[in-house]
Amino acid sequence: MSDYLVELQGVSKKYGTTIAADNINLTISRGEFLVLLGPSGSGKTTILSMMGGFTVPSSGRLIIDGEDVTDVPPAFRPTVTVFQDYALFPHMSVYENVSFGLSMRKIPRFERDRLTQESLETVGLAGFGSRRVHQLSGGQQQRVALARAIAVEPAVLLLDEPLGALDLKIRRQMQEELVHLQKSLGATFVHVTHDQEEAMSISDNIALVNQGKIEDYGPPDRVYLRPSTLFAANFMGDSNILEGKIVSNQGGKTLVDTKIGRLRFEGEYRLGANVHVSLRPEQIRIGKAKGSEIISLGEILVSEVVFQGTHRLCHVRAGKEKDVKLLIRFPQEHIVKTGDSMSVFARESDAVLLND
Amino acid sequence: MSAPGKPVAANIQFELSRWAVHPAIIFTLVFFIIPLVAMVIISFWQRIYGKLQASWTVANYEKFFGRDYLLEALYNSIEVTLLTLAISILLAYPLAYILAYKVPSRWQRFVLILTVLPFWTAYVVRSYSWLLIISENGILNVALIAIGLIDQPLEMAYGRGATVLGFVHFFTMLLTLTIYANLVQIKASYHKAAADLGANPLQIFFRITFPLSIPGVAVGAFITFVIAIGDYITPQILGGSTEVLVPQAIMLQIARAANFPMASVMSITLMIVVVIVYFIIGKYLKMDRI
Amino acid sequence: MIGHWKKNFLAVVYLVAALFFIYIPVVVLVVFSFQDGQLPVPPFNGPSLQWYEKMFSNDRLVESLINSVVVAIISSLLATVMGFLAAYGMARHDIRFRAGVRFILMAPLTVSYLIIGIGLLITLNIFGIPKSLLTVGLGHIVINLPLCFAIIYSQFGGHLRNIDWAARDLGASDFQTLTRVIAPVMKPSLFAAFCLSATLSWDEFIIAFLLSRFEVTLPVIIFEMLRAGLTPEVNAAGTMVFAISMVTVAIAAIVVSVNFGARK
Repeated sequence: MSDYLVELQGVSKKYGTTIAADNINLTISRGEFLVLLGPSGSGKTTILSMMGGFTVPSSGRLIIDGEDVTDVPPAFRPTVTVFQDYALFPHMSVYENVSFGLSMRKIPRFERDRLTQESLETVGLAGFGSRRVHQLSGGQQQRVALARAIAVEPAVLLLDEPLGALDLKIRRQMQEELVHLQKSLGATFVHVTHDQEEAMSISDNIALVNQGKIEDYGPPDRVYLRPSTLFAANFMGDSNILEGKIVSNQGGKTLVDTKIGRLRFEGEYRLGANVHVSLRPEQIRIGKAKGSEIISLGEILVSEVVFQGTHRLCHVRAGKEKDVKLLIRFPQEHIVKTGDSMSVFARESDAVLLND
Repeated sequence: MSAPGKPVAANIQFELSRWAVHPAIIFTLVFFIIPLVAMVIISFWQRIYGKLQASWTVANYEKFFGRDYLLEALYNSIEVTLLTLAISILLAYPLAYILAYKVPSRWQRFVLILTVLPFWTAYVVRSYSWLLIISENGILNVALIAIGLIDQPLEMAYGRGATVLGFVHFFTMLLTLTIYANLVQIKASYHKAAADLGANPLQIFFRITFPLSIPGVAVGAFITFVIAIGDYITPQILGGSTEVLVPQAIMLQIARAANFPMASVMSITLMIVVVIVYFIIGKYLKMDRI
Repeated sequence: MIGHWKKNFLAVVYLVAALFFIYIPVVVLVVFSFQDGQLPVPPFNGPSLQWYEKMFSNDRLVESLINSVVVAIISSLLATVMGFLAAYGMARHDIRFRAGVRFILMAPLTVSYLIIGIGLLITLNIFGIPKSLLTVGLGHIVINLPLCFAIIYSQFGGHLRNIDWAARDLGASDFQTLTRVIAPVMKPSLFAAFCLSATLSWDEFIIAFLLSRFEVTLPVIIFEMLRAGLTPEVNAAGTMVFAISMVTVAIAAIVVSVNFGARK
């Protein structure tokens, strides 16, 4: 048996001439929390929908728990989907909703009752069984949808932007609860979102989807700190993207010329290629530092300051001609004003050479 | 926890709902499309000594378009329908406008229901009710004589005017409904924005409200046209024997002579008129939104 | 409130005049159904129930009333079920010839009842099928099916697709999804479609007139009574038809508003 619970092998979905998913290869381990992250229209929901069985792939194979389920309808897969709008049955009580899947499985009444109560307790809605769905708040409806899904103990729980409709505060709370739920059930979750902060805070692995392809895949800190593509660097948060040209590639090192100077990277890349270098705003620090591991950015001129609570985001101009626009995050205690000028530097190891 | 296991339902049933549209489609094909096709075929057949002969001929059409009195029925029908339409729109538009913009919103539902309630007046007695009002000793003549406006009862019933009156009464309600439904969909912010940009109330109406309400008028007008041009009861009861409209002519062919080919020719002609009207106002119609 | 009306004096006058125009035939019809005399015209000598008594002692009329109710209920039930299934099929599947299917389903709305009736009459004649209440009912399904379909289809939103998927995902079969989830969720619009169709069938004349023979429906009987000229008995019959339609519409409105009120 395979190590992986879910395997997508070259899965594609075409609608006429548009390609919603393009040769997706993806593996999900047992007990993993995977997030499919991407902008709207990127194909992430299509990928989820193919895992759930609501969309039939145009080509490729989908294997769950060692079985090829490519052509198996949703009910006969070990997956359950939690929909974006929850899709709670409006004419049923909370209890009836949660026990629906169990009664479809002809689970004896006593057992059904127990499993339903357990699920409701798990999501913190014990005692809500007799409520009508429309009497609940958005967050509570979300919990009912979760309880309904976990009641049938799916091997894989598929969540289609389940937190999208919630207020920011409840969303943060639900993110934590989702992680707790997933760890305590030991279940495998696949979660779709377009919010990169949400993705980072809940996932074991992120699959970043763009134009039907997986742009980047890995643990959140890796994807954030060492994005492998230009799209990934941009999508995962504010970043300084510098254009550069490879001028040397010898001895396992590559040298790239950019407007802020010559930068050194591990590995050998094609000589003469035009490339992009990414540097996160918080990785630029104030002060003067010297050393072989340091990129000195020289004097910068602050052109705009935006106070963002946890930090101050500054638009600055760097370089000899002051023609390089950079974003810098300064700590909140460091008071900067438009027109200020100061020396800044960054660590060479923080800069990332991007594959275009 | 014990695993709840797999669903009991059989796999193959998943696609059963693909057949859900078929009963309705088959029913419509059998009891609507086939009869229309039969009608078209019959219209090219002939009646010889009271029996239908499957001999192909355009004689029925020649007869219909060749005889003045038959063709006149068509003209009459179109005239009466257009007159009805014009008056109904003129009456219904202000009413819908008042409902949508002048009546306070908490009363709107109530007043709207009040306005369309007589829709459900029994169809066969709707025209008859007008007879009670406009006939020689009807309530209107009695009232006019009582207040001394006239000495002799007016001849109002049994004529084109009476037919149009009966139609206008019904279709004013219908058009009010479709126009109102359209007007309330126009966002209040459009009016505010137009006023903010300096448009006066008249300009707001002609540049914003009216153009946006044309689909509501078009839908109501099309339904009115379809129903009015094919209505038998209203001209039969209110119109009297002064003029014949196509539906009356059709019923005469059926009832007196059982002349199905001729009745078919007339029916098809009416349908063609409706199709022409559909293409004229079709671009404003969104039938899928009715 | 008063100030509001003052400002819109013309609007109020127009509204009152329009309502007067709309209601006068109804009022005259109802009032003179209680006439104590031979003619339903002024002066009013009532009130009297004599014409209602006469009406209900007319066996043919009572019989036709029952026929009308039976035809209305059965034809509307079938139209609602077929309309619902069609709407469900259209909403759920990417069926082929989608536009064509919708065109055929909606087409009867653009054809006069008279022409639908004539077409059916000709078809019955060709195939030698006798006219009866059954053929009247079939005609009524033809005219009501597109309405039922349109009303129900308009209520199939995107959320219902997800509800349908959720039910299947949790293991419900096609039939279970339809009967335990979709139909109950759609109950208000199913009921509205049924009631509207029932009032239309109940009050329909021309198709019933063309396609019935020995057993007829109430509108056909009232039409026959009309030939006798003005009589308060027609007023009584018309008032009764109106009243029964009103009750049906009122029940539908209450059911729909209660259901929607509870949901939102």
